[in-house]
Amino acid sequence: MAINWFKYASPATFYFLAGRMIPFFTVVAVLLLLVGLYISFFVAPTDFQQGEAYRIIFIHVPAAWMSMFLYLVMAFWAGIGLAFNTRLSSMVASAIAPTGAMFTFLALWTGAWWGKPMWGAWWVWDARLTSELILLFLYIGFMSLQAAIDDPRRADKAGAIIALVGVVNIPIIYFSVQWWNTLHQGASVSLVQSPKMATAMLTGMLIMALAAWMYSIAMILIRTRSIILERESRAAWVSELKEGVTRS
Amino acid sequence: MILWIIKRDLLLAMRRRADVLTTLFFFIIVVSLFPLGVGPEMNTLRIMAPGIVWVAALLASMLALGRMFSGDYTDGTLEQMLLSPVSLSALVMGKAIAHWLITGVPLVLIAPVLGIQYDLPAESLMVLTLSLLMGTPVLSLIGAIGAALTLGLRGGGVLVSLLVLPLYVPVLIFGAGAVEASAAGLGFEAHFSLLGAFLLVSVVCSPWATAASLRISMG
Repeated sequence: MAINWFKYASPATFYFLAGRMIPFFTVVAVLLLLVGLYISFFVAPTDFQQGEAYRIIFIHVPAAWMSMFLYLVMAFWAGIGLAFNTRLSSMVASAIAPTGAMFTFLALWTGAWWGKPMWGAWWVWDARLTSELILLFLYIGFMSLQAAIDDPRRADKAGAIIALVGVVNIPIIYFSVQWWNTLHQGASVSLVQSPKMATAMLTGMLIMALAAWMYSIAMILIRTRSIILERESRAAWVSELKEGVTRS
Repeated sequence: MILWIIKRDLLLAMRRRADVLTTLFFFIIVVSLFPLGVGPEMNTLRIMAPGIVWVAALLASMLALGRMFSGDYTDGTLEQMLLSPVSLSALVMGKAIAHWLITGVPLVLIAPVLGIQYDLPAESLMVLTLSLLMGTPVLSLIGAIGAALTLGLRGGGVLVSLLVLPLYVPVLIFGAGAVEASAAGLGFEAHFSLLGAFLLVSVVCSPWATAASLRISMG
């Protein structure tokens, strides 16, 4: 028995599938978040060098991971949408962008809070910080381009091009910034300290990362559903949906 | 075909010389503003010069991007170009080269004079000019993608800066870095190799991406 995957490429089918999946991912995200926060605040030991302030990494590291990963996922779906002309893929790509930008901002913000007690500065022109900042600019560029175009199909395709150009550029930007920094000054500060992390710390971080993952999926599904409703508002099945709501 | 479009765009630019000069004077004014803001100490200015000249070049090249396609778009020429049987990528390549000849080359030529204002030594002046010579075509090529994507949009000018400036970062780093490295006696060959690599990658990829963007924008 083969599953017809293409069935789920239709916004109408996906809308209901996503509706069934959202509660699951939300519950898992909340549970993982609670467990992760408990481990990060009560189980994980105090770091002998950095004291209590290191606990920021339980938010910071997952946020930084998600920010980079989500950009790739976004570009992937945008590319699929461009190549196969599937509307749903492009909708998912547009739904990912705000979550990705939020995580990028969160990573920068928590990084600043971590940097103040550790390095004595809110901001350092370190390679990773700078490339994360540029990643935020790429997200913002993607979103503002899509927002500026009224025709949704043109917005999808234009966004896909800029997302793909961004993906080609991310490694270039990352290495440029890294070399720029090392050329400027022999790395005065480095994020790569990690003197063999305690198991509890690592577990906490991984659970928090999973929670961030589940949260992203739930958020993206919710946002995709809104985009579907917005774009398909003239479709028959949406008006049936509306009637159903008023009748019940 | 490429030659034809270059010739045509250059001819159009020569008929409206003021546009070319505006970009050039913008570049000169931005570079001249920095000493007024930072103060006239030559030692500080000498260190900042490569970065300032490069940032100004980035902005000047970006401001001129709007003109790359918009004229042809409004009078319908671009539509005819899309319909013509010749490769759109080649056409776009020609337009990017013309854009570079009109906006990039004047910047390269005036840069040594501006460098003298900042009291750069002769070798740094040479490296600065060469780095601009290699870097500005990359700016035109990458910028073409942004210009094509924002064609006919409201607020396209501001939007194009959001799209294009983050992508300019590597060029800025190695363009300005080459001058600093040579001033520090480290040698600038590595920076030039990387700038050359950026140029090759953008020559290969950008016309193709720009052509796809134009097709999307013209719907």
